[in-house]
Amino acid sequence: MSGPRSLSTVLILGIPILWVVVFMLLPYGIIVTYSFWVKAYPTFKPAFQFGNYLTLVTDPQYVQVLLRTLKISALVSVLSLLLAYPFAWWLVFRCHNQSLKTWAYMAVIAPLWVSYLLRAYIWKTILGTEGILNSFLMSTGIISEPSSLFLYNQFAMVVTLTYIFIPFMVMPIYTALERIPANLSEASSDLGMAPWQTFLKVTLPLSTPGIAAGFTLTFCLSFGDFIAPFLVGGPDGNLIASVIQSQFGSALNWPLGSALSIVMLVIVLAIVSLSDRIEARANTGAH
Amino acid sequence: MTQRKPLSRFAADTALMTYVALLMAFLYVPIWVLIAFSFSSSRSLTWPIPGFTLDWYRKLFANTDLQAAVVNSFYVATFATILALIVGVAAAMALHRLNFPGKTLFRRLILLPITLPGIVTGISMLNMFRLFGFNPSLETVILGHATALLGVVVTQVFARLQRLPRSLEEASSDLGAPPWKTFLLVTLPNIRSAVIGAGLLSFVLSFDEIPVTFFLTGRDNTLPMYIYSTMRRGVTPEINAVGTLIVLASLVLIILSVLLSRDRSPR
Repeated sequence: MSGPRSLSTVLILGIPILWVVVFMLLPYGIIVTYSFWVKAYPTFKPAFQFGNYLTLVTDPQYVQVLLRTLKISALVSVLSLLLAYPFAWWLVFRCHNQSLKTWAYMAVIAPLWVSYLLRAYIWKTILGTEGILNSFLMSTGIISEPSSLFLYNQFAMVVTLTYIFIPFMVMPIYTALERIPANLSEASSDLGMAPWQTFLKVTLPLSTPGIAAGFTLTFCLSFGDFIAPFLVGGPDGNLIASVIQSQFGSALNWPLGSALSIVMLVIVLAIVSLSDRIEARANTGAH
Repeated sequence: MTQRKPLSRFAADTALMTYVALLMAFLYVPIWVLIAFSFSSSRSLTWPIPGFTLDWYRKLFANTDLQAAVVNSFYVATFATILALIVGVAAAMALHRLNFPGKTLFRRLILLPITLPGIVTGISMLNMFRLFGFNPSLETVILGHATALLGVVVTQVFARLQRLPRSLEEASSDLGAPPWKTFLLVTLPNIRSAVIGAGLLSFVLSFDEIPVTFFLTGRDNTLPMYIYSTMRRGVTPEINAVGTLIVLASLVLIILSVLLSRDRSPR
């Protein structure tokens, strides 16, 4: 290799590696370290013990929050999938008008560009006791008193997070469906398969990489959200991220907060590698 | 084939179209609600809106804290985007062109912040900055955003690089162009639209970012952080007015990104 070529190699490889080491690996290393330390007034002191992790798996308060967060994220992912899949399927297989197709796709993705905070805030104003939903239900006579059932609970969080993250489910599923060659479903129907059989045996299996990618995104992003619990969650709507936030704020227990962050990091890594494996298997299986 | 069951096919298509319309309503009615309330003459957000007013917008334009926050957000988003583009394009080139030990790990790490909740990035970087004696500031926010956005730039630019015929760069270097010249005159013009698209998206995401900003900012607020702290005090149509302006700005940016990221060269 000549001099300048290796210089450019050093640059394009060196800059990102340096960045990853300084701004990702080093910080992760620091919170891993802190997660073994102990809280000591006024801050914390070095130690090596598993007390923080032990607290997380034994103290019902934390176990409950962890389980609740997993449940909410799973519900958001499933609901997004159920809403996104028919849309993506329609877009790829039933929408033959090219410009309608472009517009419809853009329309679903566009909300991603609109402030995430605002999209959560809107639901606070819709679901509240004085909100649109209550006014609407009262004007139609379905209910006579404004109901407080809609806001400040897990239902509100699931609706809000689904609303926010649905584009992340549509995009990968659309891409996966788009890649399925048209002649496959034609062949399937020529062989006498009913449309639903074609869907179950051809389309659905071939779109698993998209489903896996969408599931990963919506699950992980809901899992780490603290805006929805803050705005629409209510008293028993704490999610992990809100607990982490308070450990680094008012509760002032950085070691415990670090341990929780590590738990979150590990769960996200596990989901990402699981989804990678599903995608890899689907891709090799397709040939 | 399609003529076999015209009636059931028609019914299915109608059902699907209805569904698509409902999904669009789910996505867009809330945004219209947000906009409608920004003109409400009542302080509480109840339906029906009692009257029309522009007071909330007048209040906004008199709000100096808010204006400072907007300026801060522009500062942060501009530099975070520039950094993310420099590092991200380099990383995409490295992933596309080079083979090196640990490449898979490198790719996974650099794409991790796409799925990793911002709170982890924010907290881990906060701890590092504290440890090395840097106080939280808009500059630490910039570094945090750039880290969180790297993955976005890398995915978009890498996808474009893969569609680029390798022969172009080879021809350039065979003709004796040094690598930097090949990069500037051959590679960059060809990935231009992907770079612009990634840059615009990064800018918007940074402008909108909360979790990383929450932990890394000092006394200065960015716009979303300012709105977030206003929301602690309750909902007011003033927030809806800011929101409406943000929706408008987003719309302009979306149109801009569609126009700019189109390839000018005929395909």
